[in-house]
Amino acid sequence: MRIEVKNVTFFYGQGLPWEKKALDNVSLMIEEGEFVGLIGETGSGKSTLVQLLNGLLKPYSGEVLIDGVNIFKDRSILSKVRFNIGLIFQFPEQQLFAETVFDDVAFGPRNLGLEPEEVAHRVEEALLKVGLNPIYFGSRSPFSLSGGEKRLVAIAGVLAIKPKVLILDEPTAGLDPKGKKEILARLQLLHKKEKATILMVTHDMDEVATLAEKIYILKEGRVALWGKPEEVFSQPELLEALGLSLPSLPKLLFSLKQCGFNLPTAVFDLKEASRLIKEELSRASG
Amino acid sequence: MPLAEVVTIGQYVPGNSFLHRMDPRVKLLISLFFLVLLFFENKICGYLFFLLILFVLVKASGISLKYLFKGLRPILFLILFTLVAQGLFSGEGRILFSWGIVTVSDIGVWKAFFMSMRLAMLVFVTTLLTLVTSPIDLTDGMDRMLSFLAYLRFPIHEIAMMMTIALRFIPTLLDETDKIIKAQISRGAPLDRGNIFKRLKALISVFIPLFVSAFRRADELAQAMESRCYKGGVGRTRMKEMKLSWLDLGGTLISLAIGGCALLFNFLPYWFL
Repeated sequence: MRIEVKNVTFFYGQGLPWEKKALDNVSLMIEEGEFVGLIGETGSGKSTLVQLLNGLLKPYSGEVLIDGVNIFKDRSILSKVRFNIGLIFQFPEQQLFAETVFDDVAFGPRNLGLEPEEVAHRVEEALLKVGLNPIYFGSRSPFSLSGGEKRLVAIAGVLAIKPKVLILDEPTAGLDPKGKKEILARLQLLHKKEKATILMVTHDMDEVATLAEKIYILKEGRVALWGKPEEVFSQPELLEALGLSLPSLPKLLFSLKQCGFNLPTAVFDLKEASRLIKEELSRASG
Repeated sequence: MPLAEVVTIGQYVPGNSFLHRMDPRVKLLISLFFLVLLFFENKICGYLFFLLILFVLVKASGISLKYLFKGLRPILFLILFTLVAQGLFSGEGRILFSWGIVTVSDIGVWKAFFMSMRLAMLVFVTTLLTLVTSPIDLTDGMDRMLSFLAYLRFPIHEIAMMMTIALRFIPTLLDETDKIIKAQISRGAPLDRGNIFKRLKALISVFIPLFVSAFRRADELAQAMESRCYKGGVGRTRMKEMKLSWLDLGGTLISLAIGGCALLFNFLPYWFL
């Protein structure tokens, strides 16, 4: 499934005293099986853009195409799109409502009108995908879980619909380092093993640097920069001008480079970076 | 469209017009004065005069008329209902037209016009008041005006504080509802499609998270107030003291003059409408 956003512009509060242009002529492309990162400061239009992708908001001008079809063409396309694109909002644990974890995760599949056996099967599968044991967690109340577990349940609730594209709006916000790691590892597994197409919104550079294959940077409602991580993060001056910082490894390498060492900056693997630094040091001293 | 854009009543639009700068107590009293006057008005030209005054005030406040009219939308049904009920079913006075249970009489038409006019103006005046006065100022004003009730052991400060908090949280909860609705629609909840029973059932998935978060917010707010040693009204001082200014005096005098003029219309001969 390929998502294409073409020259989209969107306003909040159109015609009201506080009218605000949230997106300004934005275009982007997500190919099937790709892991795309969307970065930007608070208020840069990330969350708005994400809500356009499954038709929750309608653009003022421009098009959202899925496999070449405009999703706003008619209602039947729109409701199909909702099941094909799994959108996980910021702090998704705030949407849990059912009495048990099982029922909550089953909400999506039941809305699809599936048979009870198929629903049960999908719930089990989705819980396993996020690393929660269905036998242990299934019958518990979602409100009795820890913050990290709640979020995993909420993600499972979207996975159970079996969307073709997964969109996550800051999936790690407000979690402790362990919870963050857990979620990112699950996402990577989904991408690698299931070939899932994923769009992840974040303002954490380190997260996208290691996971994403393509990065879009939004600034004040416009795409300021996009490309492969190697390309994007090899332009530290430009990033700085955009008010963004480099991920931690490239940052280190960039400051070493400024001290006169001959090193590349777009390296995201710790082992690779240490090897390069060691080589350069021995070359410099030798 | 986000919910907060549909509901405009109780919304405050910041600005710096003289309407914004007036003392909330004076604004409250003047609004009340106008509302009472509305019910004494019995000439069409009196209402037109009121409309003119309101128009001038809205222009002066810098708020777009379009936005003010949006506030009228939720009660449009009520106004239409009044218009129809009064206009078509009251048999008082000279009957102009009759068909089955429908009887149109001259007094009926007259009453229909006045009742719907009053309702609409009522909403206009109160909406304008809330558009130019921040909720905090409004409840503070009420608190000050009614503070004598505290001598009668009536917890006026506590009630004003509760109102402030309630008003403050309307937009927050609207935003939250909006977000939860979107999230559940994304999970395929039949909130925007299917028959009425399906939609109602799906609302459970919106209300439970909403209540959970409202309680969580209430709890956090209570803790935050406690940690700032809030203990109610007794002996509490204010950061912003309210002071009456020449602007307030001028506003009051002009309003009284306008009120007098409006009442004068009532003494015009009947053929003047």
